[in-house]
Amino acid sequence: MTTEVGSASEVKKESDQLGADATKEKPKEAAENQQNQSSDLEEEKDSQSSPSAKSQSSTQRQKRQKDPSESRGISRFIPPWLKKQKSYNLVVAKDGGDKREPTQAVVEEQVLDKEESLPEEERQAKGDAEEAAQRKQQVIKVDIEEEKPSVSSPETQPAEEVRKEEREEEKVKEIQEDKSEEAAKRETKEVQTNELNAEKAVQKATKKTKSVQCKVTLLDGTEYSCDLEKRAKGQVLFDKVCEHLNLLEKDYFGLSFQESPEQKNWLDPAKQIKRQLRNLPWLFTFNVKFYPPDPSQLTEDITRYFLCLQLRQDIASGRLPCSFVTHALLGSYTLQAELGDYDPEEHASHDLSDFQFAPSQTKELEEKVVELHKTHRGLSPAQADSQFLENAKRLSMYGVDLHHAKDSEGVDIKLGVCANGLLIYKDRLRINRFAWPKILKISYKRSNFYIKVRPAELEQFESTIGFKLPNHRAAKRLWKVCVEHHTFYRLVSPEQPPKAKFLTLGSKFRYSGRTQAQTRQASTLIDRPAPHFERTSSKRASRILDGALVGVVDQSLTKDSPGPGEVSAYGRGVVSTAIVQDGDGRRDLRSPTKAPHVHLIEGKKNSLRVEGDNIYVRHSNLMLEDLDKAQEDILKHQASISELKRNFMESTPEPRPNEWEKRRITPLSLQIQGRKGDHLFKDILSMTEKHQMAATRTVEEKAQAADKKRAPESEGPCAGASDAVKSSHETLNVVEEKKQAEVGKDERVITEEMNGKELSPGSGPGDIRKVEPLTQKDSTSLSSESSSSSESEEEDVGEYRPHHRVTEGTIKEEQEEDEEEVEEEPSQASQVVEREAAVPEASPDRHAGASVSAVETVTQEHVVALNIPAEKSVHEGAFKQDVSEDTEDEQHKVNGEVSHVDIDVLPQIICCSEPPVVKTEMVTISDASQRTEISTKEVPIVQTETKTITYESPQIDGGAAGDSGTLLTAQTITSDSVSTTTTTHITKTIKGGISETRIEKRIVITGDTDIDHDQALAQAIREAREQHPDMSVTRVVVHKETELDEGEE
Amino acid sequence: MGTPGEGLGRCSHALIRGVPESLASGEGAGAGLPALDLAKAQREHGVLGGKLRQRLGLQLLELPPEESLPLGPLLGDTAVIQGDTALITRPWSPARRPEVDGVRKALQDLGLRIVEMADENATLDGTDVLFTGREFFVGLSKWTNHRGAEIVADTFRDFAVSTVPVSSPCHLRSFCGMGGPRTVVAGSSDAAQKAVRAMAVLTDHPYASLTLPDDAAADCLFLRPGLPGVLPFLLHRGGGDLPNSQEALQKLSDVTLVPVSCSELEKAGAGLSSLCLVLSTRPHS
Repeated sequence: MTTEVGSASEVKKESDQLGADATKEKPKEAAENQQNQSSDLEEEKDSQSSPSAKSQSSTQRQKRQKDPSESRGISRFIPPWLKKQKSYNLVVAKDGGDKREPTQAVVEEQVLDKEESLPEEERQAKGDAEEAAQRKQQVIKVDIEEEKPSVSSPETQPAEEVRKEEREEEKVKEIQEDKSEEAAKRETKEVQTNELNAEKAVQKATKKTKSVQCKVTLLDGTEYSCDLEKRAKGQVLFDKVCEHLNLLEKDYFGLSFQESPEQKNWLDPAKQIKRQLRNLPWLFTFNVKFYPPDPSQLTEDITRYFLCLQLRQDIASGRLPCSFVTHALLGSYTLQAELGDYDPEEHASHDLSDFQFAPSQTKELEEKVVELHKTHRGLSPAQADSQFLENAKRLSMYGVDLHHAKDSEGVDIKLGVCANGLLIYKDRLRINRFAWPKILKISYKRSNFYIKVRPAELEQFESTIGFKLPNHRAAKRLWKVCVEHHTFYRLVSPEQPPKAKFLTLGSKFRYSGRTQAQTRQASTLIDRPAPHFERTSSKRASRILDGALVGVVDQSLTKDSPGPGEVSAYGRGVVSTAIVQDGDGRRDLRSPTKAPHVHLIEGKKNSLRVEGDNIYVRHSNLMLEDLDKAQEDILKHQASISELKRNFMESTPEPRPNEWEKRRITPLSLQIQGRKGDHLFKDILSMTEKHQMAATRTVEEKAQAADKKRAPESEGPCAGASDAVKSSHETLNVVEEKKQAEVGKDERVITEEMNGKELSPGSGPGDIRKVEPLTQKDSTSLSSESSSSSESEEEDVGEYRPHHRVTEGTIKEEQEEDEEEVEEEPSQASQVVEREAAVPEASPDRHAGASVSAVETVTQEHVVALNIPAEKSVHEGAFKQDVSEDTEDEQHKVNGEVSHVDIDVLPQIICCSEPPVVKTEMVTISDASQRTEISTKEVPIVQTETKTITYESPQIDGGAAGDSGTLLTAQTITSDSVSTTTTTHITKTIKGGISETRIEKRIVITGDTDIDHDQALAQAIREAREQHPDMSVTRVVVHKETELDEGEE
Repeated sequence: MGTPGEGLGRCSHALIRGVPESLASGEGAGAGLPALDLAKAQREHGVLGGKLRQRLGLQLLELPPEESLPLGPLLGDTAVIQGDTALITRPWSPARRPEVDGVRKALQDLGLRIVEMADENATLDGTDVLFTGREFFVGLSKWTNHRGAEIVADTFRDFAVSTVPVSSPCHLRSFCGMGGPRTVVAGSSDAAQKAVRAMAVLTDHPYASLTLPDDAAADCLFLRPGLPGVLPFLLHRGGGDLPNSQEALQKLSDVTLVPVSCSELEKAGAGLSSLCLVLSTRPHS
């Protein structure tokens, strides 16, 4: 289906159609998928060819629709410098993505790709507009079908007409395709259908495309080979292999290549294979990259099986040391899994030396193995594997990736990277350990690897510990592994790679795959019959599965099958089916419309994360299971806090009359809620707690959260939008948007509670975009703040700050402390804000004769569901942009003044009351906050003229008045733009089973010119209505203050 | 391997060695040992054996005292036993090295896999090793060096083996022990607390920790003889020896406290962990 780059109206039409199509398609999808499989193969090859297409190629991995394939095919042929064509390609790709529900993995990858592709685009970009369009398109492709409306951003630009046409064509195609049953046919059709200029290019390109043969050694020792387009990214190959293996839980795995006998490198899925290999042969091995700490939590037996294979290798090679007894025990489970119950006759025929149970295998060991094997009678292969893993996971070196190094004194040590942190070994002895929460920063420079460690209990200062690696490559490899492990095991969702900036140096590397939390979420959605697979040496079928599925099952046996092409096709079929199911499942959970929002949210998360660099949440447990939400919420708070701080730091505090507060509260018909809001403002602690509670509440929440996570796409749109939009909007708009964003946050929580009631995209997306650009500008200008520049280094240098956005399963003391810190910050911030809401941030010049007007809008929502999605998306958008902007700013700064970066980063920590945490770096922030407060108190009160206009709708009060409800959540979000401050209180209550959301927004507009209150009021109302169509505006108060005393400042 | 932590304290046998007269005279053990009341020491030792046998239901093996080995009763220094494997140590004091022979033989007879420390540079006193059920901590003390610890790691490969610097002139086990599968008990001295902090940094596993007023009170033995339906036991120094720590010990739940006294033997540097070796002949059952 087409995503519209065109005007909104056009979009609408199309979207309607699309929607119809989509519904039709769903039933057919399964069939299509299979068809697609064959085409996918081709697609994949194609996709790799063109740089612009790369990003898309990753997308395809899940054998998406033909559309993607087409697009890829086309795109690859199009030379990057041909703008229009390129954009066209993108559009197509996007369409494809829209159509089918991308698997989570896909989405993420896309995000990655997008990031990577940006530089390329930039290079190629001739006009901003074009560039913007491109980006947007890329973003779009990420989006799900339902998102299309949102996709159609007002900003959209040239080239669209062409695209439109194309789109329509595509539509037609698609329809046809849907009907057509055979993939091959389809392909031809597509080609024929394409009337575009691009087509020619495509054909030419096809001829030019070079492919390379890759060989991948699998865990069972067999080799898989396939042809890859020369410029294919790692993801393409990895996906192929996983498909071949019929592996869905693939995030634990990776492809590696030997740079030298001792040096094993992981193939970065986001980068071109060719570039990573340099001149090495295209030989890879398929390995476990992240060892699941608890293999029993894996969803599929087949995944456990591959893990077993890896561990057997690890044991046989000595990488995973075991005692004699453990060798024997594990060996006996291996026999049970491979051979079944002990059978004296059968076993006589087996030569146990065929099995390698230990690096050096003795007769004694073999005897012990057999002896133990006898005791496992009755265990199925899957059970035996599970037992194997249960024992193997407890080995102290399980999942520890060792790197040789020297300490500062030149002593040989080994650095072990694992799920929990960094272990330091001397010989076999563990001599030190740095849990991830203790590590503030990881960096490398030349052949040195550094970790910056949080001060110990009684220490005052952080320390940086350096290790000497054999060479630069080794240091970088270690650094990467650390970044990846930290992200995978500790974070909820991957961090965004730092934006490539013109002058930025240093590694952009970030882990791009799913985190463990995400992959666990994803695997809960796996809904396929357990795939049949054959164990290596087993001559007989494994008993795990029921025979009924055999037809499908057989595909997995592809190992033996000759042609890679055929094999993969088969495999694809299977996989895609599964995926489809996956998708359906999701749909059930939430309406299609909702999906886009979710994605957007995801984007937001990421953005927050970026800001979150500064945030360091300490806690000692690595529990990724449940509490993602809580963490998120905390982060949100932190993010908003950081915004506030930034503002404080930059803005000169203006005295604000205290009356303001009183008034504000008084007029509210819904006093209760208002008060609550205030209360919350000052007592963020309680808020946080509530959030956490909310977070813990429901499984469904989790699921939804997972969904959100999956859709990094949202970033795309936001980013694209921000870039694209140049027009300046009214400040009011900005404000509104922000408000919504805030709302969005809360909404999440609520949404979760409500379970999938959510709905229509509403006007949200469109609005969002408009707004966003503004926001960006604002934030940019304002943000002197730190956010997260994680890299400020020279070429050889990589830096990574683990922000621990961890899901905290267990709250420990440490954690609590942190939380308190966090909470404190917000409260401070918020207070300041309240006092000084009128302060014109960032624009001191304007202060003279500034007039401040504040618009308060209280929106009441009775049944939240519908609005929520829209809000979410909006929210994200705004946030995202902010974040990205911040990042950019930071980077700029970095270039200029590297030293500052650190300082900036730490502000949040500074706020923390904990002495040990505070460093010199923190000084900046604390100074700032102090300053602010002081000034607030000391500055003489400025006389003001005040004027208040109140608009009150008749309906409301009844609902709000009743305090009887339970407060579910309340959140206050404050954001600032150059001349506008918006404060939003969101209060949710449940009354008689109905959840009610109250959003109170306060917009403070500061300017040196008079503001038309009526206009502002009207606009505020209008926007509020637009954005929350399902909510009612209950009260609007316009309050104007004019400063009489201009001299100040 | 079994469930982590469950291996802790599993035992069927206890091994002790009689108190020779030479212990009282201080001969052969080198200088520095205060004179002690031999009869009292022997009485304490006898009571200990009785408790192990009768209270805990363990099979008790008692090696005969040897006059040439005054510190022979401290056989906890001569071996590190986990599961079916016994690492025969190389005590720091050359005079004590002959002590291992009798112990080795006894353990061998019990069917344990014997691992020797062949390295001439390695020294290890068994009471510098703390096994928590999940991992080993080896105190780098006056008696135990890095190489010795490394051999522990080499021997018990399933487990993480971490080194803990011991600042005071005592063994690691003389101020800390296990009060349960997830509970570390430690004395309140600086050295003990420092070591416990170091362990907390090094471990991947969460342990509760209980601080006792007396270091020596933390030298206790968590024992699970495997009698059906019986709580595990904690063999500890009783109120006669260390009255101040008794109250804190009551905080340990899910164990039956079995107080014993060894105040006289303590003068020779003995503690509960050094006075007996416990093992299970069927560690994996």
